[in-house]
Amino acid sequence: MAQTVIRMEGITKRFPGVLANDRIDLEIEPGKIHALLGENGAGKTTLMNILSGRYRPDEGEILAGPKPVKFNSPRDALKSGIGMVHQHFMLVSNQTVAENIILGLPTPRFFLHRAKVEKEVEKLSRTYGLSVNPQATIDELALGQQQRVEILKLLYRNAEILILDEPTAVLTPSEIEELFTTLRNIAKEGKSVIFITHKLEEVMEIADRITILQRGRVVAHLTPEEVESRRELARLMVGREVVLKVEKEPVSLGEVVLELRDCSGFDDRGHQAFHRITFAVRRGEIFSIVGVAGNGQSELVAAIMGLRPMSSGELLVLGRPVRKGASLPRESVGYVPEDRIGTGSLPNLDLVDNLILTSYSQFCRRGFFRKDVARKGVEGLLPKFHIMAPNIHAFARQLSGGNLQKLILARELSKGPRLLIAEQPTHGLDIGATEEVWVELVKQRETAGILLVSGDLKEVLSLSDRIGVIFRGRLMDIFSTEDEDWIEEIGPLMAGVRQERKR
Amino acid sequence: MKLTLERRLVPSKSASWGGLGLSILLALIMGGVVFLSAGANPFKAYGVMFLGAFGDFYNISEVLVKAIPLILCGLAIAIPAKILIWNIGGEGQLAVGGIGSAAVALFLSPFLPSPLVLPSMILAGFLAGGFWASAAGFLKARMGVNEILTTLMLNYVAIYWMENLYFGPWRDPTGTGFPGTAIFPEAAWLPRFPQTRVHLGLVFGVLAALILQWAFFRTRWGYEMRVIGENPKAARYAGMNITRHILWVMFLSGGLAGLAGMAEVSGIHYRLQQGLTVGYGYVGIIVAWLSRLNPMAIIVVGLFLASLLVGGDQLQSVMHLPSAVGLVLEGTLLFFVLGSDFLARYRIKLTTQSREPPSKEQGA
Repeated sequence: MAQTVIRMEGITKRFPGVLANDRIDLEIEPGKIHALLGENGAGKTTLMNILSGRYRPDEGEILAGPKPVKFNSPRDALKSGIGMVHQHFMLVSNQTVAENIILGLPTPRFFLHRAKVEKEVEKLSRTYGLSVNPQATIDELALGQQQRVEILKLLYRNAEILILDEPTAVLTPSEIEELFTTLRNIAKEGKSVIFITHKLEEVMEIADRITILQRGRVVAHLTPEEVESRRELARLMVGREVVLKVEKEPVSLGEVVLELRDCSGFDDRGHQAFHRITFAVRRGEIFSIVGVAGNGQSELVAAIMGLRPMSSGELLVLGRPVRKGASLPRESVGYVPEDRIGTGSLPNLDLVDNLILTSYSQFCRRGFFRKDVARKGVEGLLPKFHIMAPNIHAFARQLSGGNLQKLILARELSKGPRLLIAEQPTHGLDIGATEEVWVELVKQRETAGILLVSGDLKEVLSLSDRIGVIFRGRLMDIFSTEDEDWIEEIGPLMAGVRQERKR
Repeated sequence: MKLTLERRLVPSKSASWGGLGLSILLALIMGGVVFLSAGANPFKAYGVMFLGAFGDFYNISEVLVKAIPLILCGLAIAIPAKILIWNIGGEGQLAVGGIGSAAVALFLSPFLPSPLVLPSMILAGFLAGGFWASAAGFLKARMGVNEILTTLMLNYVAIYWMENLYFGPWRDPTGTGFPGTAIFPEAAWLPRFPQTRVHLGLVFGVLAALILQWAFFRTRWGYEMRVIGENPKAARYAGMNITRHILWVMFLSGGLAGLAGMAEVSGIHYRLQQGLTVGYGYVGIIVAWLSRLNPMAIIVVGLFLASLLVGGDQLQSVMHLPSAVGLVLEGTLLFFVLGSDFLARYRIKLTTQSREPPSKEQGA
């Protein structure tokens, strides 16, 4: 089948206070894997939302071959063969894989030929190496498998251009390898893949074409052969020299700031989420819990923060036992939640209100709220943490996702906590911002004990003093990062494979 | 050609105000249809309503009289609505506030020095309404019982209780057949502005609105309320006690409605009697929504809806039309305003379906 080249020409999209895309030209060739690289808020997702029909451009047009096309909805775009897998999957959790795949299709109109659909899905799975059981319900599947269902959905609809928004964020290293194999298969069939990311190594590994966005503009179109080094790529993306390496000065250990003794708890569906967890964090160290998403770490953190009940066990914070369900003193405990946008921000309130969310008590006296004092107290955080915002009175919803994350980090780090709990603190941040957060976390170690929960092995290895691996709610092992022999065991442990200790 | 809806990223301010104007216009047209169906000339009827509300000094003063309970009840609905708690029980809380203050006026005032009678009645009215609403607040906060149902049901309880009192144990022993208690002693009368029935309750209403507006942005309570209303998850994350806020806000809300009841019995009727509960608690819901829960706007909207009520009354005496037309207008107005909110959040677009590029569905 003859493939049309899809081109975006002069695409401009404005959001209130932000120029998200500024006259962007992009050409999508069939049979190629295109990487769209850029920092947070560079406009990658916006651009792809336009291509996939979710947004309409303010200026510019999309051309399919010689003809301009207009998409009023994702459905329109899909009719032209363009589909997108979003960062947050759009699946019905209590339906099966096959049911999800045919959801929203005009046929069948009435009768479901389940067996037929399942057979077709299986065939697609085999062709592209996307192994998944079509009869399984979505909530039985791990995130990596759910992602495969999303890709199958697009393939089933004969999409010729597949857009994936940061697809590796939820995957384990081995799942990432499998995904890449699949993407190569898809490209081999003559389809195009657009891969949104800010991870340089992934770009170098898989991309045929690289487009780099910076603040809504294209700064480079490249092929991997033209890239001299990762550093050059990083410089193009960030606009300045970045070295991802953290200088860790040794800090002497202080008192225990967080201690868990045999703590267990359930998830929302009443299953055991974490089981008999025991560890302690002392001032001066970064203790990491590493694991693939969904292995009980988010329930564990919520239980520590008093946001969900613990079924048994003892919890001590700053040396004091915490009553069941009591919330922790927010002045001395910093908490960067995983779902930053959903739980950490107030979209329709201004940045002052957002920046004082967990420290507002210090801006209240005898019941009165002193907004001027609050504003003066937090104003400096915008430049200090490089938060791009129109001004301090802007609404939080006007900030891009990455800037909102920086704002929440700024809030939790700047109040001088004695215990800091950070969940996926750099998830979704670009390298520039990641570097800043890492430096800040290491610095906080001097005054605080830090519990870092992350799925990013590299982050954990560069920052931690000690690492605990969590799998299916159990702490598999805890070891010091000085013990180099153990580092290679972490990957298998995250997947539940325990090997005999060497020697 | 096809109509499509596009969600606006930011609710449009101009569409919001334009929508309000359009809503008023549409409600007036709907009202006109009602007049026509009753065989009256709509223009004449609106003229009568307008003159009835603003024609002379007395009529204007009557608008103020009706605005007092509307402002207080509007606040009573709006404040909990800010943290997504729906108090539909303003009517019952108003009745209980009336009962509480009447109890003080009837049974306690002989034992009180007269300057203390009114303050005690105010306190009693506020506390009675507050505790009444707190029953629903407690059930909501502790057991998650839907407050819409409990507050609504408590209305019936309150109104029947009130009727039982003035038909039974509290009935005026010297009175004729009219259902009501004895007239309060004069110390229990709220002072009125000269030549009118406008009483001190107007000051309560305006003051309450001002204080709430200020408190919302200048107190710790206000900050927490704004956070909870914006994102309850974030409030919990920040360690705020939402349960306690629900309890307090329901008490405050009931107290404001109770104050409206106190002002009615002590400023208008001078006794507890039939005709105390004429729907102010329900119209308060409309006031709150038309004001978009803004205390300052509640004063203005309260006055506006009061003028519709007073104007509607004139239709009855002048044109022999049902005075309920005023309520019909209020209802349609709310209907259209809620509809226009939709316009502020979405953009309606007329699109011409462009022919798609060669479909790829047959191939592959």
